[in-house]
Amino acid sequence: VKFVDEYRSGELARRVIGQIEALLDPGRTYKIMEVCGGHTHTIYKHGIEHVLPPAVDLIHGPGCPVCVIPMGRVDDAIAIAERPEVIFTTFGDMMRVPGGGGSLLDAKARGADVRMVYSPLDALKIAREHPEREVVFFAIGFETTAPSTALTLLRARQEGIGNFFVFCNHVTIIPAVRAILDSPDLRLDGFVGPGHVSTVIGCRPYEFIARDHRKPLVVAGFEPLDVLQAVLMILRQLAEGRSEVENQYTRVVRDAGNPRALEVLAETMELRTTFEWRGLGFISQSALKLRSDFADWDAELQYAVPGVRVADPKACQCGEVLKGVIKPWECKVFGTACTPERPIGTCMVSSEGACAAYYNYGRFARPREAAAT
Amino acid sequence: VSGDREREVIDLVERRRRLKPKLKEELVTLSHGAGGKATRVLVEALFLEELGNPTLSSLGDAGVFGERGRRLALSTDSFVVKPLFFPGGNIGDLAVNGTVNDVLMSGARPLGLAASFILEEGFAVAGLRHIAASMGDAARAAGVLVVAGDTKVVERGKADGVYVTTTGIGLVEGGRELSPDRIRPGDAVIVSGTLGDHGTAVMVARGELELEVDLRSDTAALTPLVKRLLEAAGEVRCLRDPTRGGIATVLNEFALQAGVSIVLDEASLPVKPEVVGACEILGIDPLYVANEGKLVAVVGPEGAEAALASLRSHPLGADAAVVGEVRSEPEGLVLLDTAFGGRRVVDMLVGDPLPRIC
Repeated sequence: VKFVDEYRSGELARRVIGQIEALLDPGRTYKIMEVCGGHTHTIYKHGIEHVLPPAVDLIHGPGCPVCVIPMGRVDDAIAIAERPEVIFTTFGDMMRVPGGGGSLLDAKARGADVRMVYSPLDALKIAREHPEREVVFFAIGFETTAPSTALTLLRARQEGIGNFFVFCNHVTIIPAVRAILDSPDLRLDGFVGPGHVSTVIGCRPYEFIARDHRKPLVVAGFEPLDVLQAVLMILRQLAEGRSEVENQYTRVVRDAGNPRALEVLAETMELRTTFEWRGLGFISQSALKLRSDFADWDAELQYAVPGVRVADPKACQCGEVLKGVIKPWECKVFGTACTPERPIGTCMVSSEGACAAYYNYGRFARPREAAAT
Repeated sequence: VSGDREREVIDLVERRRRLKPKLKEELVTLSHGAGGKATRVLVEALFLEELGNPTLSSLGDAGVFGERGRRLALSTDSFVVKPLFFPGGNIGDLAVNGTVNDVLMSGARPLGLAASFILEEGFAVAGLRHIAASMGDAARAAGVLVVAGDTKVVERGKADGVYVTTTGIGLVEGGRELSPDRIRPGDAVIVSGTLGDHGTAVMVARGELELEVDLRSDTAALTPLVKRLLEAAGEVRCLRDPTRGGIATVLNEFALQAGVSIVLDEASLPVKPEVVGACEILGIDPLYVANEGKLVAVVGPEGAEAALASLRSHPLGADAAVVGEVRSEPEGLVLLDTAFGGRRVVDMLVGDPLPRIC
């Protein structure tokens, strides 16, 4: 992790902020949405909101993989995990997400064999080591993590591992951004585009945002200076009356994305007709399922799950937070009934969720002059 | 205005945070052992409710009690680390050093240890001898004797190799009193060396991550450091060894108990590049990672320089640094001034990124 410090330099930050200030129209406020939860995390972890001029308002978007999983899918996961023959593997964050009847962590305490893994290949390894058990991987995430699930499926097929299954909940970012742009609740001035997703899909899929909706989008990296620079590039476009897709994260993102990753995705997965997003409801063609060639590894075909839609708790406003309509602290239950240790909504669980990020990192009073907007 | 409403919400959250926690779970989960918020709830809402008394309820690393002017410090700790052997140590020296350090943090001189072993049927005797020998070496190095012990064996599969519990007793000299209650605005926060070495080393040693990092646990008895520190600086308010939950958890406990704010300076936090790298990959923050041979000291402003020099005069404290300052507001919160120029909250740990680290 060499070369990280230069992207966190306070001195460079002050220079960029100077340039940002010079571009601001007096009296105007700028609402910029960072689509990706990774950016939300960076923004709070480094205190970026505190160094930006108050006229620039960062709105947190829907790109948090854990946050968008609806409660019904968590219940399905628990139903699979509670089968005695199953070892259920999941990323750590997902363990604490509440479904209709508790979380995977609760299921684990009741006796379910739930194990935390760092990658789907770890889950495949467990399957190899336990041929007598059935190992299920809870696949979540956007185009960022879907290729590693795809590669794992290919390897399972190649090695003929028959006791490994994928419970596929991969989602795609573009339909979610489209849903937000079509939502009447919100007026945005521009977007910080997701960095890791774009390493896979490239920059072209965002072009409709610039062309049809006339909003600038700048794909950005995840260090604090990346985010600041993306904000600067968006403001520059606004000042010059442009709306384009630009790439700040050129050290990683290619315009055409990663063709090999897209290829393995296309080989193993296809779009679902529709998928429920937490708080956003059903969005057509917004998620992936395994192709029929991979039916033997598909947990949804292997196990009967409740498959029931569970309505979000009434008090929970995750949907409005995910769409950026309200700030985390404006939710009725923020920090009182809903806390990281006892979350009601998904946004309070994941470290990429806006509520958890605000609660854990941003929860202190700003100087009065900066707060007055 | 929106700024005022936000402030009201923040105040409400803070008031709520300070209410006595309620234990709502019906079953124990791994979070209850992580040393963060859930552990605190379990301790306060179950154990203190059933067993509480003024000594226990002060929740220091050791309980200090006694009669007729003689004050003793008593501390106990169970070790369930996985793997049992890791670079820089094993469960044996870890168990000795951990309890010795807990006794030291109350300002006491450790007098003796007791050690209990829960062994799994089928565990190799040679491995057990290795562990016991390491305990002997660690005890000698710390200048204490193991004066009592116990052994139990459970059926294969009912334990994971070896669990060790150590209990330590020490004598508090003179009228010395170290407590977070003594922390005042203006005090300096000092750490005795690099942060997160133990937790990261153990995590890497499990081999699940396929990371190749050259890291060793920092397990060590802090006896010489505490001795030098207490001799050099009269204004030591309190000490704690930041094990599970890391320094973030310790400082949150300090801030809440003393009713102060602690502001850390990110640029001055000593963290090895290997730890930064491994933590970056794991998505965890070194501030929350366990240490087994480090202390956090809060020292009055006049004593800070002498305290730092005394720590640095010993190899165990070579990387000691002043990492933050105590302020009056916002009460009960730990904040971090980021190297980037921003500021954020450093809250207590939720959940358990690294189970069974000690």
